[in-house]
Amino acid sequence: MAKKEYAFYPGCSSQYRASAANYLVSTNAMCKTLDIQLTEIPDWNCCGASISYTGASELTRHVLNARNIALAEKHMPGRDVVATCAACWLNARESKEKLDVDRDFLANANEALKEAGLQYQGKAGVKHMVEVLIEDFGYEQLGAPVVKPLEGLKFAGYVGCQTNRPFGIAGESFENPVYLDKLVQTVGGEAIEAYDQKVTCCGGALAFSEPDKSQKQIRDIVESAYDHGADMIVTPCPLCQTNVEVYQAEINRKQGTRLAMPVTYYSQLMTVAYGGTLEEAGLDGHVIQPTKLQALAQKKP
Amino acid sequence: MDAQTPTNPGPRPYRPDFLREVEREVEGGDMVKMCMQCGVCAGSCPFGPHWEHSPQKLFMMIRAGQRDAVLATDSMWMCTSCYNCVVRCPRKLPITTIMHGLASYAQRLGLAPKMQPTRDLSLAFYRNFRKGGRLNEVKFTLWVYFHDGLRAGVKKAWAMRGIGLGMLKAGRLNPFEMFGGHRCKDTKGIAAMLAKVQQIEQREQARKEEARQGTAH
Repeated sequence: MAKKEYAFYPGCSSQYRASAANYLVSTNAMCKTLDIQLTEIPDWNCCGASISYTGASELTRHVLNARNIALAEKHMPGRDVVATCAACWLNARESKEKLDVDRDFLANANEALKEAGLQYQGKAGVKHMVEVLIEDFGYEQLGAPVVKPLEGLKFAGYVGCQTNRPFGIAGESFENPVYLDKLVQTVGGEAIEAYDQKVTCCGGALAFSEPDKSQKQIRDIVESAYDHGADMIVTPCPLCQTNVEVYQAEINRKQGTRLAMPVTYYSQLMTVAYGGTLEEAGLDGHVIQPTKLQALAQKKP
Repeated sequence: MDAQTPTNPGPRPYRPDFLREVEREVEGGDMVKMCMQCGVCAGSCPFGPHWEHSPQKLFMMIRAGQRDAVLATDSMWMCTSCYNCVVRCPRKLPITTIMHGLASYAQRLGLAPKMQPTRDLSLAFYRNFRKGGRLNEVKFTLWVYFHDGLRAGVKKAWAMRGIGLGMLKAGRLNPFEMFGGHRCKDTKGIAAMLAKVQQIEQREQARKEEARQGTAH
């Protein structure tokens, strides 16, 4: 039996061949080493992200999230829901907090869920994968399986917004969370603690609708990583990863910069440090190649 | 008397009951009165300079009853949902929720600004996943490029071709997603569930209206 078992909510971006497919691949490899069993919630749906608010009403958004939690409670009773995506986690958790305290609202939500043959009970907890790592394992346990420390590599830990706010990871500050730096150090890398853009917004979904405004944010995030001598950025959020990685070429084209800063996931760092291959770490899934981490992944331990 | 003098720009520029209306109709609206006008929200927003009216200003405008100005501005669509203002607000207003709520209320009333890019994106996002239950990233991206015409779309898509090819090569974009792609199995159940949500909302709205009429008499 696995050490820990969870109901896994991967979300729309972390599906096979979706924009954060490499987050999924590396999470699976990391969890295998840590003996974490992730069972996908059967038939989970979109959380609504943050951007659906104009069309999706309050009750719609909470019912959609309640459906995922209810599915987990039905098919995997006793297990907490775990999300890797910042928005999936935020929305599921926001819904849980609403449904667990507002009885009238819960009654309405359950009336709607009944149409899909489901009921929200409020028994399952909702966690981010980072919370699982830090709270259910702890840095010491996470460091134990390291066979290939990421020595000599410098990481700018870009936490972003929604993994950090409004809920955040317990015990961390909103202005200067340090868990990502600690994770980097746990796997033997050098964390740039003075990186000053760690909680800057990348523009989120507005990278699509307000490209110039968002690209200003992204340029700040990347340039600060350069200024601090980073080899790459590391992040826990799939939208941060995609926005900050793919729009660098666009900024270069428009503004004449020469940005090419790789952006990786914490799960990729951990997979490489645990001796995983380049493919297991999803390092074949980048637009800007994290060459130093790729080289390390291919080296014999 | 001239109703269009500069000091009186519209027929009914001030609606003293607007705060009550926001409290009743807007998600998070009951917290608007808690704002103490410190301005931390305005100073914390990554898109701060681009708001016609900052959240701080909007809260005061609501209390002042400037209904038309509040519901017609595109300010709320500048919110990136980063929650920076929320965690810094000394009075703990759920500012992100209120901004989304105001935007959605303006949309419901048909007062939201037309051709606002984030409003359009927001509506397209919901339309995209509502039926299949999951977001179809390829169709969504194509919508982003082509929604304002084929010509503009081809130009935008050509400018962004490097990114598309990069994502394709990285295995993070699946062109076959155009034909079906990721979706839920129980789409029927989801549709029934969302139809029920609408029914419940109409029922609740009627109940609210009834209560309001009751207190008015």
